[in-house]
Amino acid sequence: MRFIDEYRDAAAVQQFARALTALVTRPWTIMEVCGGQTHAIIKFGVDELLPREVTLVHGPGCPVCVTPVEIIDQAIAIASLPHVIFCSFGDMLRVPGTQKDLFSVKAAGGDVRMVYSPLDAVNLARAHPERQVVFFAVGFETTAPANAMAVARARRLGLKNFSVLVSHVLVPPAMEAILSSPSNRVQGFLAAGHVCAVMGYHEYPPLAAKYRVPIVVTGFEPLDIMQGIFMCVKQLEEGRHEVENQYARSVRYEGNRPAQQLMQEVFEVVPRQWRGIGEIPRSGLGLRAEYQEFDAARRFGVTYLAAAESPECISGLVLQGVRKPSECPAFGTRCTPEHPLGATMVSSEGACAAYYRYRRPARPAAPSPSP
Amino acid sequence: MCLAVPGKIVSVAENDTGARMGKVDFGGIAKEVSLDFVPEAGVGDYVIVHVGFALSKVDPEEARQVFEYLKQMGELSELHESSPPPASS
Repeated sequence: MRFIDEYRDAAAVQQFARALTALVTRPWTIMEVCGGQTHAIIKFGVDELLPREVTLVHGPGCPVCVTPVEIIDQAIAIASLPHVIFCSFGDMLRVPGTQKDLFSVKAAGGDVRMVYSPLDAVNLARAHPERQVVFFAVGFETTAPANAMAVARARRLGLKNFSVLVSHVLVPPAMEAILSSPSNRVQGFLAAGHVCAVMGYHEYPPLAAKYRVPIVVTGFEPLDIMQGIFMCVKQLEEGRHEVENQYARSVRYEGNRPAQQLMQEVFEVVPRQWRGIGEIPRSGLGLRAEYQEFDAARRFGVTYLAAAESPECISGLVLQGVRKPSECPAFGTRCTPEHPLGATMVSSEGACAAYYRYRRPARPAAPSPSP
Repeated sequence: MCLAVPGKIVSVAENDTGARMGKVDFGGIAKEVSLDFVPEAGVGDYVIVHVGFALSKVDPEEARQVFEYLKQMGELSELHESSPPPASS
């Protein structure tokens, strides 16, 4: 497929790897923020092509992973109601709440449906006026415009049986939380390309300047990621800390204005709990007061339930790039995708699940790529 | 979650809710996609699609840049290889 196949060209990727090996003189630690990039890196083995000086750590960019247990429990409570059709992206269904997951609600007879787009949920609400249709609105800035459109369209259509359970998160505040942590070891960032396709990248220069880190907006194919790493390391070697755009074929500086306008009309910035990390100020989106009638948590009166994480799970440290999945004693033994202890093992974009799928049995020490 | 894939717009129409929809071809699989966020995109353009919405138009000029970059790097390294090695380092 055009704009995919050519960015998976092995010879081109290896050319970048050789150039990177020639360029690097010191050890550097770079974080890719987006779970989609984490998945691609492990799937295509991009990390195994890197010179040993370059360490990639995986960031908190998987909305499935960072959605708090409390919200999952709210989703389960709503989905269990007899008159509700609960709609979600597929990867949320297996995330464990305190007691169970959405799949087990479905197995017990609940009407839980996997949808491709939030508009599918709006169409279900139109088709079933006698039922309450709830959409689980999670995601980063990439997904927020679609969810905003679903709410705006439901309002325009006068739908009284559609609502959303919102747990939206924002990327730049999470990056700042990582950079400002005393245990931070990230020296450069690959910023998430599709988040930037929506938001642009005007939010990043202040971060790059304040923390003196290069930030390279990067795409999702192996060649994109390799070039993003190359650009980031080049800056580090040259002592620069600027914002650069590797993914210019899809990302403009100002982002997508119509999408941003609709997001701002429907949502406002709120503090948000991140699973495994805790509360980050101004790091989420919630419905504006004008759209409160579409708030499922309010409509169904699901109360805030305090929930405890597995004490054994280190997903919070994995999400912050402090630990690698394979450093967890439970990895691949007591914690697997079938029986996950924490969310990073659940979602295919979670770092633990990517390692489990592509890097098992754990190699004692990854063979260093030949120069 | 932020998975988005490029596809080619093959037709554009308005649906019953007044939304601007496009039929987008993803290497043989066609899907109805909202074009509300990319008013500048039309038939023949490639767009990046996420959960049923086109989020940006792919710029073919920019898409070539990564290969230009590689070509230049290749020429540079050939230049280095063909030049005599430095006397000392």
